[in-house]
Amino acid sequence: MLAMNYRGPRRVRIDQKPEPEILHPQDAIVRVTRSCICGSDLHLYNGSVPDTRVGMTFGHEICGIVEEVGQGVEKLKTGDHVLVPFNIACGKCVFCQQEMYGNCHESNPEATAVGGIYGYSHTAGGYDGGQAEYVRVPYADVSPTIIPEWMDLDDAVMMTDVVPTGYQAAEMGGIQPGDTVVVFGAGPVGIMAARCAWLFGAGRVIVIDHVDYRLEFVRDYAPAEVYNYKELGDVVVFLKKTTDWIGADVCIDAVGAEATGRVMQTLLGKQLHLMGGAATALQWAINGVRKGGVVSVVGVYGPIGTLVPIGNVVNKGLTLRGNQASVKRLLPRLMEHVRNGIIDPKALITHRIPLEEVAEGYRMFSAKLDNCIKPVLIPPRARS
Amino acid sequence: MENEFVDLETRKIENKPIDPSQVKGWGVDADPENDPTYPMRMRGSKDEHAGYSWERPPPQPIDVEVLHSNERPNVSSTFGTSTPPAGLSGMIRRRAFNFSENSYGHWVPLMLADRIGMVEGVVSDLAHGHVPNIFGEMGLKAEWKHNRTGLLMKIGAGALVTAAVITVVRSRRQDSDE
Repeated sequence: MLAMNYRGPRRVRIDQKPEPEILHPQDAIVRVTRSCICGSDLHLYNGSVPDTRVGMTFGHEICGIVEEVGQGVEKLKTGDHVLVPFNIACGKCVFCQQEMYGNCHESNPEATAVGGIYGYSHTAGGYDGGQAEYVRVPYADVSPTIIPEWMDLDDAVMMTDVVPTGYQAAEMGGIQPGDTVVVFGAGPVGIMAARCAWLFGAGRVIVIDHVDYRLEFVRDYAPAEVYNYKELGDVVVFLKKTTDWIGADVCIDAVGAEATGRVMQTLLGKQLHLMGGAATALQWAINGVRKGGVVSVVGVYGPIGTLVPIGNVVNKGLTLRGNQASVKRLLPRLMEHVRNGIIDPKALITHRIPLEEVAEGYRMFSAKLDNCIKPVLIPPRARS
Repeated sequence: MENEFVDLETRKIENKPIDPSQVKGWGVDADPENDPTYPMRMRGSKDEHAGYSWERPPPQPIDVEVLHSNERPNVSSTFGTSTPPAGLSGMIRRRAFNFSENSYGHWVPLMLADRIGMVEGVVSDLAHGHVPNIFGEMGLKAEWKHNRTGLLMKIGAGALVTAAVITVVRSRRQDSDE
């Protein structure tokens, strides 16, 4: 089968690889019809995530048709068209029982801090991902969800990660009616977080980034007040001024390790890899939120330490929340929102790219070429 | 609607007035009791303090080498079988797993192994008679199509730096020969 093949930092190619097989009674094999490149894939692409091995196939935002199921699978059958949440979850461990499907304890032997994720290094379980023609889907009865007839396939693939992650970012902010919410990052997740902040009753939504075409998009899509931090001088002083010198009620970090904007963070976190990423957005969030406020983190960082002003978290009495999105938990509500036209996920998709052109897709997304916001890879059979 | 604290003369994007009550879906998920919110909300379930005691799913047969964190007693019930450890990078990875996730002794060697794995990948390609198309793998076709000027400037800058380095090295060699 055709599959993306990681060859080292900023190098990927399409190759022929063996088709996946059933390895566990609760496995399914899915023929991929859509698979996105995610902003968090760029951390792998840039070589920032430890134990990202050459030869691996990335891709954790997947839709496809069930081709084969293991003998223990009861809810899915061959021919079902499913969306596959990015979390691999057993449904039985104490964390899955608490609906923390992103924290499953039975899907990742290599690290205890994170559950299994498709195509996301051996630190997240060593599973090949869905930027391929076929993918192995463990615990097929737990998270994969049959796509309803009314749902567009492009909407469905966005429900595997982007929409739930953006929604959970707003949810974890504990937004109260009238709150001022600041979202750092106008990538797909930041855009969705800004959109969802309104659903929780925000009174004002501000998005900070440095990429103008993305800011213009989120200004109209969310909608939101948008600011290019390069035009603001000191971002935190600006946030204090524009909130009557108090600070935002909720700040959301939707950037993670690849942030720009502060030399020290970029040098230590991105260039030298001495930290789990450049925590610029998180620093601004902690310093820009009001005393007693909430900082919600969905931006992805590596597993080693990161430079943040933790003293200010204490002194300001902040609540800091973060997690991988619990996709299965959120799907029923989010599907309602899509059906009712409250959320329009596919509007974020700017590029539909043949799987064979995966190297160009990564380059385009990474370098933000051609006003790219969200690229989707489409395998040959799904195009015919 | 413009913000009085922004320099309007340098600003490229103009904001528009927003009336929250007119935003589609405003407040539909507002819940004053959403505090504590996820992931704290589900604390207190019955088996929470029972430790690692749940009924485990059937185990996936271990027929490839799987490294597991020493912060857990076993291999999880399922695991990925992509790219098992091999070669020099594999030896380094095996040693890294002697250290916990809490230790730089775990993560730094893994990063080193990743870089060595990159070289091993090129060697493996060549050994299999495949000369890797590095520029193709970097997706430069997209850069050529959408950012030709930028790409040419990067190539030009690279050529200048290379030429400068060569000139300096040559002049030092000449000095030392004299």
